[in-house]
Amino acid sequence: MSEILKALAEIVGENYVSYQPEELFFYSRDPGLMPANKPDFVALPKTSVEVQEIIRLAKREKIPIVPMGAGLALTGLVIPLKGGIVVDMKRMNKIIEVNEKARYAVVEGGTSQGFLKSYLEKNYPRLRHSIPDAPPAATIASNVIIHGQGRLTQQYGFNSDMVCGLEVVLPSGEICNIGSSSISSDWFSKGAPLPDLSGLFLGWFGTTGIITKVGLRLYPKKKMRDVEIFVTDNENLVPDMVYEITHTEMIEDVLIFTQPLPMMFKDNHHVSFYLTGDTDEEIEFKRKMVWKALEGFIKSKDGGFMSIPPAMKGSLLEMPQTSASRLADVKKGGGFEYSGPIISVERYPECSRKLVEMSLKYDLAYSGMVRIIGRGHSMMFGFAFTFNRADADMMDRTKKALEEISYYVLDIGGVYWKPTVAEQKIAIERMDPNTRHLMRTVKDVLDPDGIMNPGNWEVY
Amino acid sequence: MRYEEIVHRCFRCGYCKLAGDYSDFNCPAYRKFMFETYSPGGRMWLIRAWLNGDIKNSERFQEILYSCATCANCVEHCVFTFSEDLVNIFIAAREELVSTGIIPPPVRDYFKNISISGNPYKEPAEKRGQWAEGSLVEEYKDQEYLFYIGDVGSYDERGKKIAKAVGNLLIKAGLSIGILANKEMCDGNEVKVLGEAGLFEYLAEGNISLFKEKGIKKIITLDPHSFNAFKNDYPEFGGVFEVYHYTQIMAPLMESGKVPLKDLTLRVTYHDPCYLGRHNGEYDAPRRILQSIPGIDFIEMEQSRDNAFCCGGGGGNFFTDILGGGEESPNRIRVKQSLQTGASIIAVACPQCAKMLDDAVKVEELEDKVEVLDIAEIVGRAMA
Ligand SMILES: Cc1cc2nc3c(=O)[nH]c(=O)nc-3n(C[C@H](O)[C@H](O)[C@H](O)COP(=O)(O)OP(=O)(O)OC[C@H]3O[C@@H](n4cnc5c(N)ncnc54)[C@H](O)[C@@H]3O)c2cc1C
Ligand code: SF4
Ligand code: SF4
Repeated sequence: MSEILKALAEIVGENYVSYQPEELFFYSRDPGLMPANKPDFVALPKTSVEVQEIIRLAKREKIPIVPMGAGLALTGLVIPLKGGIVVDMKRMNKIIEVNEKARYAVVEGGTSQGFLKSYLEKNYPRLRHSIPDAPPAATIASNVIIHGQGRLTQQYGFNSDMVCGLEVVLPSGEICNIGSSSISSDWFSKGAPLPDLSGLFLGWFGTTGIITKVGLRLYPKKKMRDVEIFVTDNENLVPDMVYEITHTEMIEDVLIFTQPLPMMFKDNHHVSFYLTGDTDEEIEFKRKMVWKALEGFIKSKDGGFMSIPPAMKGSLLEMPQTSASRLADVKKGGGFEYSGPIISVERYPECSRKLVEMSLKYDLAYSGMVRIIGRGHSMMFGFAFTFNRADADMMDRTKKALEEISYYVLDIGGVYWKPTVAEQKIAIERMDPNTRHLMRTVKDVLDPDGIMNPGNWEVY
Repeated sequence: MRYEEIVHRCFRCGYCKLAGDYSDFNCPAYRKFMFETYSPGGRMWLIRAWLNGDIKNSERFQEILYSCATCANCVEHCVFTFSEDLVNIFIAAREELVSTGIIPPPVRDYFKNISISGNPYKEPAEKRGQWAEGSLVEEYKDQEYLFYIGDVGSYDERGKKIAKAVGNLLIKAGLSIGILANKEMCDGNEVKVLGEAGLFEYLAEGNISLFKEKGIKKIITLDPHSFNAFKNDYPEFGGVFEVYHYTQIMAPLMESGKVPLKDLTLRVTYHDPCYLGRHNGEYDAPRRILQSIPGIDFIEMEQSRDNAFCCGGGGGNFFTDILGGGEESPNRIRVKQSLQTGASIIAVACPQCAKMLDDAVKVEELEDKVEVLDIAEIVGRAMA
């Protein structure tokens, strides 16, 4: 053990490696509900070469490696299930390049969402990225690795669809460029017109390599932004409303929320959509178009626009929305966890009913948080529960509710997003055997020693 | 432990370790060590683990607790309703450690020196007022204000110069002030934040009865740390005084033109001391003074006001140095941040910040590029 420690200290410097009980305690868990498991070491690399050397060491010693961003995926994906080295990537937080005209940024593998947002605001006010509502310390690489979604997802798809290149340290220790950057100095594409190898890493939770650089597409940032909320008490109509709104091609993000508190929200479904524009005229034109699209629902008295109080509007316009995190303290207990399957928008009615059913069955405070992906191509339906970390029984009930939801969502055609290890197992079992075989082949080729985030995406 | 009922409420979301605009990590301890354990959320989770018996009191745990500079960046930026108690929670955990008697040696020595010598420098009380020799400042008799200096201004070489500059400025501005000289006692702010609640109480009560005995009603402090203790902590022991930091008294006087000044063509930036800024919400007074000096080109650092990056001296670290040196030490980072403004002067309003940043300028070998001056010293140059 001490040999490994010595070797790690030589790689990252002795101040940036730990095997002390304090770090082992902290890095053995995430803020969610999955059981803890201790790593043997925590290392904080600063460069791709240091990551490379850590991987080579791990390969030599056959010791697991678990890359970590901010640990905010909540589903235990950074818990070192088989011990080993947790590689906290956040010292690698440089913004390497912004290509303004080609609208992309290249950032290091531990750069946070907040850093990029702030950097662009200060230096490139006409550019933005698809920021998720995760706390701003969450990293860009992790978010694309779990196929996250952000403010531009309705327009441009999953955040991982916006990747335009990667630098990855493979489990063999080789540093590999993916996409146009493998041939050109420009990072404009993660694949096309070459074979798209990014799929060997995106969605794999670090089980096929550690991302040390991400190229990320940037998009025009309009000067103004506004939000509207269309409310209905009829969940069955929500898919049609989304269909009409997305048909206009006039909007940025579409989020739907349904929650019992405060009382004014109870039993209602709030389809919130964001408008952007460089001028008042542009925004007003778009607003008119969407209003028109929803006119029928107003006429039939099935829905209406909610007047949004200024404080609420401020909160809705935040990026990221701090209220998403604050949900964790509703029960004065610092806990919140959600199952967020990717599922057809048509499933909204049954998902929202299931959410209420589960909250009643397990006596939990809930929030339904939905983000539309693409032009209604799918949605992330977040079955979110808040819990009190000091109340073991409430934590247990939350776990049970989420487990029940896990089975339910597959039954109605959903696919897990950032699945827990248990959900990964269910997904693998249900998967087309040929797909499963292909996954296994990929994994065997890339990580024959099984050292990369082991326990995750294990296909047997 | 006090606040035990709150500790589990931390979500470890990490808002607290960032600046308000998310541009950088702004918790000095996290920035230095970069393990999550040294972030505010990390401390919350470890304090809970310690209370639950999941980890033990160790040297590492002590370093984690005592490297917190009590800068209150986390208080400012945590998005939860308990945010205002974050620093109080870290202090409460230190109190628990102190009650076990197992604390870092520099912290133990600090308490010992205060108990024995009345100051951390192990200097005799008679030397407390020596800084005033050759200045315009006199001992307190029945002047309108007590000018309270504190340990750093009384004993530290850099601090003494600042005490003199501020004292002279206050007198030249026509204020009636007096010092307690060798009767002055430690204000106890650092004793409190290092977790010795009993010793703090003793000091607070001693100071309060001395002030009352002397008939003191109004106090001007040199040091924001003393200002903080008098303003926020002494009332609970019956010590209610009219308390000002010297910049608060001077700002209106400077603006009214009461102090005649010549042009000073300098580019100046200002470093907010945590105990004046975030802890007490005073961001404007020092800036108003600087902006009242003709010729000064005042420029803000990117990380300023409630986003200011701490110099690393708070929370007792000025004396204990548990946060430590090295390239990533907060004072060196802060000096590099100030360089980005192109300023040739970093203005400060706290003798602890002055010393921390001075040291960093020396280590970074930047003496020919930038100078650290207290606001009173800058005004002094404009008056000369
Ligand atoms: C309040 C709240 C709101 C949220 N809202 C959203 C939202 O709107 N949209 C959204 O998409 N998500 C959201 N999330 C989920 C999650 O926080 C984000 O997706 C976030 O981007 C995860 O980043 P992280 O750095 O915390 O990842 P981590 O949890 O640290 O890591 C996630 C996975 O990536 C792997 N990994 C990390 N870094 C690397 C690397 N460099 N190379 C290879 N593998 C790596 C890890 O091993 C792990 O498997 C939310 C979470 C919370 C708590
Ligand atoms: S202290 Fe507040 S902001 Fe920081 S991690 Fe905990 S809950 Fe989040
Ligand atoms: S007070 Fe400052 S140093 Fe201490 S945890 Fe909070 S941000 Fe970090």
